[in-house]
Amino acid sequence: MSKFPSTLCATLTGLALAFPALADPYGLGRAAAPDEIAAWDLDVAPDGTGLPEGQGSVADGEVLFSDNCAACHGEFAEGIGNWPKLAGGDGTLANQDPVKTVGSFWPYLSTAWDYVHRSMPFGNAQSLSADEVYAITAYILYSNFLVEDDFVLSRANFTEVEMPNADGFFPDDRAETEYARWRGEPCMTACKDSVKITMKATVLDVTPDETATGAEATAATPDAATPDVDPTQEGATEDSGTQQTALDPALVAAGEKVFGKCRACHQVGEDAKNRVGPQLNGIVGRPVAAVDGFNYSAAMADAGGVWDADHLAQFLKNPKATIKGTKMAFAGLKKEDDLRAVITYLESVSDQ
Amino acid sequence: MTSDIKPERASRRAFLKASLAAGGTLAGAGMARAADPLITEVQPWAQGFGDPVDATPYGLPIRFEADVIRRNVPWLTADTISSINFTPIHALDGTITPQGCAFERHHSGAIELAKPDYRLMINGMVDRPLVFSYEDLERFPRENHVYFLECAANTGMEWAGAQLNGAQFTHGMIHNMEYTGVPLRTLIEEAGYDTSARWIYVEGADASGNGRSIPMDKALDDVLVAFKANGEALRKEHGYPVRLVVPGWEGNMWVKWLRRIEVTDQPVESREETSKYTDVMADGSARKFTFVMDAKSVVTSPSPQAPITHGTGPLVITGLAWSGHGRITRVDVSTDGGMTWQTARLAQEGQDKAMTRFYLDTVWNGEEMFVQSRAMDETGYVQPTKTQLREVRGLNSVYHNNCIQTWWIKPTGEAENVEVS
Repeated sequence: MSKFPSTLCATLTGLALAFPALADPYGLGRAAAPDEIAAWDLDVAPDGTGLPEGQGSVADGEVLFSDNCAACHGEFAEGIGNWPKLAGGDGTLANQDPVKTVGSFWPYLSTAWDYVHRSMPFGNAQSLSADEVYAITAYILYSNFLVEDDFVLSRANFTEVEMPNADGFFPDDRAETEYARWRGEPCMTACKDSVKITMKATVLDVTPDETATGAEATAATPDAATPDVDPTQEGATEDSGTQQTALDPALVAAGEKVFGKCRACHQVGEDAKNRVGPQLNGIVGRPVAAVDGFNYSAAMADAGGVWDADHLAQFLKNPKATIKGTKMAFAGLKKEDDLRAVITYLESVSDQ
Repeated sequence: MTSDIKPERASRRAFLKASLAAGGTLAGAGMARAADPLITEVQPWAQGFGDPVDATPYGLPIRFEADVIRRNVPWLTADTISSINFTPIHALDGTITPQGCAFERHHSGAIELAKPDYRLMINGMVDRPLVFSYEDLERFPRENHVYFLECAANTGMEWAGAQLNGAQFTHGMIHNMEYTGVPLRTLIEEAGYDTSARWIYVEGADASGNGRSIPMDKALDDVLVAFKANGEALRKEHGYPVRLVVPGWEGNMWVKWLRRIEVTDQPVESREETSKYTDVMADGSARKFTFVMDAKSVVTSPSPQAPITHGTGPLVITGLAWSGHGRITRVDVSTDGGMTWQTARLAQEGQDKAMTRFYLDTVWNGEEMFVQSRAMDETGYVQPTKTQLREVRGLNSVYHNNCIQTWWIKPTGEAENVEVS
């Protein structure tokens, strides 16, 4: 969020060498070029410093959110499982277990814009344009009932948006509220009359079993990374692979990009492991629900069949309609081109 | 005869059962017993060869220690890519945490960043925006310091009540290492800064873009740009090749894979300093910029993962203490849940913002104990109880829980995490 005109930098460098300020410099490092600073200095402050030109509507944001964010945050930004809730929670901050969302808790809109811009989507960060970030931020505001459905967020109106919890924060005051209370010579004898247990950890029983990690877990990894197919099927896959015409490299590359939407939950490649979703090496031609050690939904486990290109296309277009009860929280790929590309990409990793 | 010790335990409970039974039948030092074949018979290790040099060019702990590892709590987070695990403090002694078992916390996974690809930029309100290579950093005068790093969420799961049964899980979001690095002040002065600037913003090179605002006073005080820990290169999971060291302040500020330092006139109010790492009070308002980790301690043994297996008699109670305000000056230990206290022995005089090891050399009579520890630092701050903390902060605070911990030691020697009146 540098306020300094980048053209000044070169001039200042020259001047400073002539008139060193404070300590003498060691003369190490080199001048940062203006375009280098522009590439990395992306942070945005509450007053809007650092925001680029651009704009985006709630309507565009809804589509972008569905494609890029909903797999974890839900279609309505309500959050899926342990993934962060971005909407709701209004008025809950003083309750037991407050719901801390962008709408209920975040004091500055700049924080949401900046975070989406630099850190999201999970697994495909820094892939969204400024306009797309404005649109997604507008949709998050809309999902919190903070703007109407025809709202367009832009650099011009950014600081006009009022966040409900803008005044909800205060700087650390422990020096006044805590430290003074807990200084001094502590009690050493007869500090209380009796001691009774008021709560035990074993009642909850949420401590992980130690055998589930370490040596055994690492030993299990290679198995989990190998699809559970019998040797005859493996042979068949290899045969059909050699007979196939080579995959279109452009389509593979396009598919790899589309796969960015999947990467938060699915891994491919040499070290692929099961994550939120199963690893996808060799998925094209693999029996459904065949990865060892992955906890499939009952619906998926019972579905049967093989993931050929057609079946994958149908599923990826609309996962929840194709296999009712799947726990894959992905809205689906709406564009035929994207479907074709991502399946071609998955075929390209099928022999790994 | 050799002991067939398996590196992996069948289960903690089975192990406990077996070792507790063994402990109960051990004869006293003065009693006659049958000759020990481990002594009277020649053992294979006393006859044949061991491993040659170079058997392990970089050594790992012997297989019998295979259970001394980081562990995570799967239900805590949605995905291990953005998650945390815990240092096995129950099984360590001394104060230095080996890098290989020091806890990890990533927001977007541990990245591989090679030294030739490393760049560190300083920009913002400076005279000369600069880019440093890794080699440049090694040419500035450097220092060595031991500091603890504690995650603001350490013990956070215990805020609502006793929850996780082990010191590793209740207090393991911490490590303590000797860092080698360049004072951040040196780099900021190299760029020449505007003295009206009140803040810096630091960010990492990984996809999470984790960034924090740090007051300029702290930046010019004791912050290090570190590239070595415990004498060797930082591990990938701790930010190789370069991380920030922010002594005494919450771990999230110790930005890993440090790539940029911006001198600014205002805090950025990033996600990690607004929506996270802020402390919600009873009325719903929230404290922010709660940087300092207050004085805290925990008994690491005996504890649920480190029960008493030797029966009655001499017992070493030990633990760790630390304070983000400076040196630990004293640690008291109670075995009766806080009714009476004894001052423990510090293994070494407390060091500035580093871990201190304490010991209470005592005798166990086999009765149940409620073991607690209470740290004091050089500012006179006394580690509070959870009740005292809740009186100020209410029931919804999660971060910065530095309360006194209680382990219930049962007559069997087993231990359990409990809350007491």
